[in-house]
Amino acid sequence: MSDEVTIPSVESVSGTGVAIRGNDIDTDQIIPARFMKVVTFDGLGEFAFFDQRFTDDDSQKEHPLNEPAHQDASVMVTNANFGCGSSREHAPQALMRWGIDAFIGESFAEIFAGNCLALGMPTLEADTETVETLQSWVEANPDGEIDIDVANETVTYDGKTVDVTVDDAQRKALVEGVWDTTALMKANAEAVRETAESLPYVEDGKRV
Amino acid sequence: MSEGTLYDKVWDRHTVTRLPTGQDQLFVGLHLIHEVTSPQAFGMLQERDLEVAYPDLTHATVDHIVPTSSKERPYTDDAAEEMMAELEANVRESGIEFSHPDTGEQGIVHVIGPEQGLTQPGTTIVCGDSHTSTHGAFGALAFGIGTSQIRDVLATGTIAMEKQKVRKIEVTGELGDSVEAKDIILEIIRRLGTEGGVGYVYEYAGEAIENLDMEGRMSICNMSIEGGARAGYINPDETTYEWLEGRDRVPEGEAFEERKKYWESVRSDDDAEYDDVVTIDASELEPVVTWGTTPGQGVGVTEPIPEPESLADDKVETARRAQKHMRVEPGETMEGYPIDVAFLGSCTNARLPDLRRAARLVKGRTVDPNVRAMVVPGSQQVKKAAEEEGLDEIFIEAGFDWRGAGCSMCLGMNEDQLEGDEACASSSNRNFVGRQGSKDGRTVLMNPRMVVAAAINGAVTDVRTMKEVTINE
Ligand code: SF4
Repeated sequence: MSDEVTIPSVESVSGTGVAIRGNDIDTDQIIPARFMKVVTFDGLGEFAFFDQRFTDDDSQKEHPLNEPAHQDASVMVTNANFGCGSSREHAPQALMRWGIDAFIGESFAEIFAGNCLALGMPTLEADTETVETLQSWVEANPDGEIDIDVANETVTYDGKTVDVTVDDAQRKALVEGVWDTTALMKANAEAVRETAESLPYVEDGKRV
Repeated sequence: MSEGTLYDKVWDRHTVTRLPTGQDQLFVGLHLIHEVTSPQAFGMLQERDLEVAYPDLTHATVDHIVPTSSKERPYTDDAAEEMMAELEANVRESGIEFSHPDTGEQGIVHVIGPEQGLTQPGTTIVCGDSHTSTHGAFGALAFGIGTSQIRDVLATGTIAMEKQKVRKIEVTGELGDSVEAKDIILEIIRRLGTEGGVGYVYEYAGEAIENLDMEGRMSICNMSIEGGARAGYINPDETTYEWLEGRDRVPEGEAFEERKKYWESVRSDDDAEYDDVVTIDASELEPVVTWGTTPGQGVGVTEPIPEPESLADDKVETARRAQKHMRVEPGETMEGYPIDVAFLGSCTNARLPDLRRAARLVKGRTVDPNVRAMVVPGSQQVKKAAEEEGLDEIFIEAGFDWRGAGCSMCLGMNEDQLEGDEACASSSNRNFVGRQGSKDGRTVLMNPRMVVAAAINGAVTDVRTMKEVTINE
């Protein structure tokens, strides 16, 4: 039953990083549409950034996600407008299944960030310089540990702590463990019905 | 914060409560579903033993994976067949109405919603598809959502959202000959950027918008998402009401007049407050085409392609990469850019008036022998109506392939795909690398008449230089 689902709070994320450079990286790149012909999200991880990672005859190209040193990375460091384009949740699902738990970037497309939140993955934002410095560090230190503190909006690495920002609603949802909105909203079923019936175009839960 | 706008009013009417996250819980008046983004959500529902809360406010269609050559089942592509079968089972078990191909009402979700009168002013509409913004053309609040949110809506009839800012985009003046709604939105995205709308919904207003028919308004709202805005809308007016009257699912007679009062009441007030206002003069526009690999990389058809260095700092690298991919040089124009494929279709531009305008240009001409050209109507109803007017014959005679309804080459999830490095003149909305099915493919976005002009000449053409023929309609 929905009421019994416990939603873990996500106060912090720790792990090594991987840098994906470039602005406007769209979800068609993150997961090409041909891999969306599936009825479950299982197994999408191996197709993350597929066309950037593999040639036509499936041999590996140079790409951060192909590098052995980055195979255990759990923090993806990106630039501006990451995840733009299609609303496909397949994109964050693929990255999550590849192993990513959190994103630090200059900015994220809104639907992408919303989809990440629904999976309990924070999308933290920082200015260009902060992000680029972190990207370079991650590239030079693939086994370097990054500690994200969601509640306090900081990222610690290389012995220093930098400020990042998290959208208020996202922070609250993650830290308080209320990011699974299905359970949260299901509890208001009666109020939902009242709102519905107050609308001129709904009657008894049907369109009129 | 905005006040007195349609966005504020419709938001308030649909707010159930404020959630502990600070988000509002909004009631969803219409939930549209399709085969690509819904099966996982139904799966999550089953895992938790939940039922669809408002099946009567939910409507399904199939569009992304349907073959456009034949309706025959099983589909030759096993994966497509599995997705279709899954959708059929889900809607059957949940009692959800389905515009199945056998009903003659199937089509792209953003074409069939309005067409069947499901899309109405003052309602909230969601769908697991980013171009849900299209429905804003009717003065609805319409958002694309992800699969976890689809689960929310299926299970609760509501969605958790944060209120956004409202930017009014005032499009003044009159559009020139052969300049269309599509050019307005490409221009808006070019000026404000692909991320310019992040945090905003766009209200499109002004003389040029009011003068558009509903199909043109849909083309504009459709691409709000390409401009970074989660939603876009246009205040409903007489054009809207006339379009809706008499459609299935729209109240009739007195009930229609009654409903119209509600629709009028949600219009933005004359003294509404906006978070931002931008003005664009429509009379200055020429047909816009993209030269790059984001919808913001557009240029007037006779204007030079920009030097990457002349763009904002954060755009330089993307522009360089895009120009390399597209094989264009700064300083050149897009006019004359050779194309291999022409695609007239998608939820941006595959409605009846789009096809009519294109047909007027095609009549009496033929497609360049080196071009593979196809017309993919947005819905079965559009296709039927076009055939009743004889538009199919005009296209077929000219050498176009006349196909069944679906998303088709807009994203290449069925067999309609670019091959190798083919260049495509496309009336769709996204020119991302790989979007049309080949990672080396090159997409040039443009209005539908520009697409057929390119098909005829084998290269991007300024449609204003071509005469059109009058067809008896
Ligand atoms: S036509 Fe293209 S943009 Fe529209 S719903 Fe289909 S795939 Fe998406």
